Amino acid sequence: MSVGIVSYGGYVPYYRIEAGSIGAVWGVDGTARGKGLGIIRKSVPSPDEDVITISVEAARKAMKCCKVDPEKIGAMYVGSESHPYAVKPTGTIVAEAIRAAPNLTVADMEFACKAGTAGIQACMGLVSSGMIEYGMAIGADTSQGAPGDALEYSASAGGAAFLIGKKDLVAEINHTLSFTTDTPDFWRREGQMYPRHGGRFTGTPAYFKHINSCAKMLFDKMGTKSEDYDHAIFHQPNGKFPLRVGGAMGFSKEQLEHGLLTPIIGNTYSGAVPLALTNVLDHAKPGDKIFVVSYGSGAGADGFDITVTDNIKKHRKKKWQPLSELMDNFELLDYATYAKFRGKINMGGVT
Amino acid sequence: MAIARFWRENESRYNMQGKKCGVCQKVYFPARDMCPKCRRDSMGMMKKIQLTGKGEVISYSIIHDGLPEFHMQIPYTIAIIELEEGVRITGQIVDCKPDCVDIGSKVESVFRKLGEEGKSGVIHYGYKFKLI
Ligand SMILES: [Zn+2]
Repeated sequence: MSVGIVSYGGYVPYYRIEAGSIGAVWGVDGTARGKGLGIIRKSVPSPDEDVITISVEAARKAMKCCKVDPEKIGAMYVGSESHPYAVKPTGTIVAEAIRAAPNLTVADMEFACKAGTAGIQACMGLVSSGMIEYGMAIGADTSQGAPGDALEYSASAGGAAFLIGKKDLVAEINHTLSFTTDTPDFWRREGQMYPRHGGRFTGTPAYFKHINSCAKMLFDKMGTKSEDYDHAIFHQPNGKFPLRVGGAMGFSKEQLEHGLLTPIIGNTYSGAVPLALTNVLDHAKPGDKIFVVSYGSGAGADGFDITVTDNIKKHRKKKWQPLSELMDNFELLDYATYAKFRGKINMGGVT
Repeated sequence: MAIARFWRENESRYNMQGKKCGVCQKVYFPARDMCPKCRRDSMGMMKKIQLTGKGEVISYSIIHDGLPEFHMQIPYTIAIIELEEGVRITGQIVDCKPDCVDIGSKVESVFRKLGEEGKSGVIHYGYKFKLI
């Protein structure tokens, strides 16, 4: 019995800041630092945007491109590490704003950068078991790095929504599996504004170990090799890691091309792999095979083996707006305006 | 506070749902239970209608000294927009420099934060507009 993606939509805010503008404030060559990270610019949410508004835009985009009655959505999971409310689920507002409420189950998910793909897995389970007809999984973030910290060059905003079901699939999810351990590479304690990371500890024992282990499990399970896929997507905290992790598995630059967005929008955290998947689907041909491994600090990786169907052509009708339109249309901010937009300026309690 | 008032209006703020008079076909937003023109004849004839959120700028003004909740966005543009359904509403135009807005500019609705009741209070969401 097949399960997969019925429709999808991605959203990236309009504003950007370049690595050079960030470095200039902290007395370092930001452009060079950006080059080292493989990041030219990153997206910045407007002061009136947050994970709820980004999720609604992505979800509406997904619903516009299909004929599914939103009331048939039986579950909504929004994955993020920047939910606007600590208590009151993001999904309650998103469900209302796409008219999926009230007959559905809603919960917010949190697993660093892979909360969105965890939501896809949960929806797949509920759909496959027959408990629900459709489920919506969203990954979105408006993440922040502490001023001057390396994360400030990458932490950005964006999100994507996937309508999961059994009928009229634009892409079939052939298999999914996960690899999870207790690894303190990156965290944020309750009430703290900025996350902390374990420096060099974030690379080899965290990102690379979990993605490699998950990818190997998926290759073994499916009996496939890198050359069997047309596209590969890996979590992208910077523009370099996915090329390194994918390259070592034998994936070429061409296979990784459409699934690598961090160089021009930054690391959208929970939105990263979901947005990359929407961009790959925007470019894919019927029959294309997609290899996906997300990563969330803490730590875990979710793998997906996906096949694009003929329905992808129907998806690209009148109401379809490719993600590239949102990525290519932007306005650059200077650091001062960026700091104001992101609430990094102490307003002396006058808010 | 205003929580209850905002909450009651969520359906129209979130989803731009109006009402259409079944007699004269005029669309009202915010929704009304009776058509002021057809009055008694419209009773029970008012149907819910989902507005497309697409329209055109009729008039606009650039705000340089706005409400406290908008001070992060100064200068910003507030416009009167005529929606495809013929309804005129007021809304903020986002994601553009103020000088990009003109009379006749085509717009569509987007979902944004309208304000919040302080750092610990409830957040209000609803429609704004962007140029298309
Ligand atoms: Zn009437």
